[in-house]
Amino acid sequence: MEPLAQGELSQLNKRIRQDIIRMIGTAKSGHPGGSLSCVEILSTLYFRVMNVDPEHPRWEGRDRFVLSKGHAAPALYAVLAHRGYFPPEELLSLRQFGSRLQGHPDMKKTPGVDASTGSLGQGLSIAVGLALGGRLGGKTYRVFVVVGDGEIQEGQFWEAAMAAAHYKLSAVTLVLDYNGLQIDGTCEEVMSLGNVGDKLAAFGFAVSEVDGHSIAQLESAFRLPAQDRPKCIIAHTHKGCGVSFMEDQVGWHGKAPNAEEVARALSELGGGSS
Amino acid sequence: MNAKEIRAPRLAYGETLVKLGAELDNLVVLDADLAHATMTTLFRGQFPERFFNVGIAEQNMMGIASGLALAGFMPFASTFAVFGAGRAFEQVRNTICYPRLNVKIAVTHAGITVGEDGGSHQSVEDISLMRSIPNMTVMVPADAVETEKAVRAAAAFDGPVYLRIPRPPAPVFIEAGTKFEIGKADILRDGRDVCLCATGLMVFQAVQAAEQLHAAGIEATVVNFHTIKPIDERLIIELAQRVGKMITVEEHSIIGGLGSAVAEVLSEHRPVYLKRIGIQDRFGQSGAPDQLLEAYGLTAANIVGAAKTLLARQAE
Repeated sequence: MEPLAQGELSQLNKRIRQDIIRMIGTAKSGHPGGSLSCVEILSTLYFRVMNVDPEHPRWEGRDRFVLSKGHAAPALYAVLAHRGYFPPEELLSLRQFGSRLQGHPDMKKTPGVDASTGSLGQGLSIAVGLALGGRLGGKTYRVFVVVGDGEIQEGQFWEAAMAAAHYKLSAVTLVLDYNGLQIDGTCEEVMSLGNVGDKLAAFGFAVSEVDGHSIAQLESAFRLPAQDRPKCIIAHTHKGCGVSFMEDQVGWHGKAPNAEEVARALSELGGGSS
Repeated sequence: MNAKEIRAPRLAYGETLVKLGAELDNLVVLDADLAHATMTTLFRGQFPERFFNVGIAEQNMMGIASGLALAGFMPFASTFAVFGAGRAFEQVRNTICYPRLNVKIAVTHAGITVGEDGGSHQSVEDISLMRSIPNMTVMVPADAVETEKAVRAAAAFDGPVYLRIPRPPAPVFIEAGTKFEIGKADILRDGRDVCLCATGLMVFQAVQAAEQLHAAGIEATVVNFHTIKPIDERLIIELAQRVGKMITVEEHSIIGGLGSAVAEVLSEHRPVYLKRIGIQDRFGQSGAPDQLLEAYGLTAANIVGAAKTLLARQAE
């Protein structure tokens, strides 16, 4: 498939946001805030950057994706469905008993999910293993991992960051979905992250910072030439992006919108209330 | 049964990895700065490109092992039992067992025979932890010969395995020709009076105890449970029917290990008197391994005493 043009992709992103709202609204549970903040990151990867084949989800040569912030599963599922891994009609089965779309990504159930995730702070370790395996197996695939900002409070993240630099894993691109909020408040209040860019650069990453809702900026950052080190893209985002009453609101981390809120959100996203 | 030699099971682990490394291109080994203790250093010497020392970071090691398995490799991740099962428990659960990846967690320095390092490093609860995770298989070999068999069986098996190996050199007594099948316990001796179910280093103690009991006119069956999960349910029920008096022996807490696994089967299928010999819900401490085994009641003499007490109780 040819990469989707940036203009078409921003149209699709609206649709993806509508899907996220409908999915979580229907499930009556889930994480809208952090799903909406990473829509552009995920869709840019799957529609313009990553080398994948939805007809053959387990193709060995494919680029790998790890959603370390697994609670943003609705965003991943919507992107995968529109990319052709499974029918978009299935999206509304999110979190239902028997569904292929579990509350957090399950590689055994969902076509296109490369790694089971959800317990925070662990995705970069998995990405390091995937990249070491690719190198050892003579493969040229890249590994993209999206990490939430709050989850870098987990010590394991820094163990993995150290390892990614130690092994000079240029195949690894870490994207930090830097929306500044976590469950109990702002990251600054709860456990300040300090200057994340400086920290990761000191650990040995090639760091760039972008507007995480700009497809063009994300794409240029993804296309920066590989060096002898892992890449880190700090994507400045807004939790709840696209829905006015959710934007930058701590309360929308893990709360489902009710019917009235779903309707309001959909009308803002230009999707009607259906 | 006499020991042919004294040999460290962890040395057998390292040597078997080297043999398997030559046979299996997809075998990779990870360690967390304990390669000289776990003996994975032997593999590193032969296959440096397939060896990853991740530093003192067990949680990250499990995640990297997960990624390597996703990339088509079969990782053996090694550290001490207390760190592999304890510190990295949730990583093992979520990134290895939940997606049922083909990762082998081979830990050494399990139990109180760690010795002088003391209670902080003596894992007495690791079998319990690992046994409780869905998709996990748990193996505890009895000596160096059986360690090689267990490592080979783990490599031939597709799925997560926890392999528990002790620190000290130990008597070699398992016959080289013994067939090793995951989940099938081995009867080492037949006797009608009492059944000794043992695992790990305690199997040799049980064998010795059976000889001492024989001298006293008591005939003991001795069973080697090299696999704790899946537990050999069929054999346990059969032994309860045939012998009826059961004793479990393990260098592990009586909570959650072999004793618990046997008790679970017996109480559901065929309740009989059961005595659990093991560590009585306490931590370890510094000391020589033999001193500690004695202090914690894990010797052949303790097993003999327990058998006599159990028989007396049954006679009441």
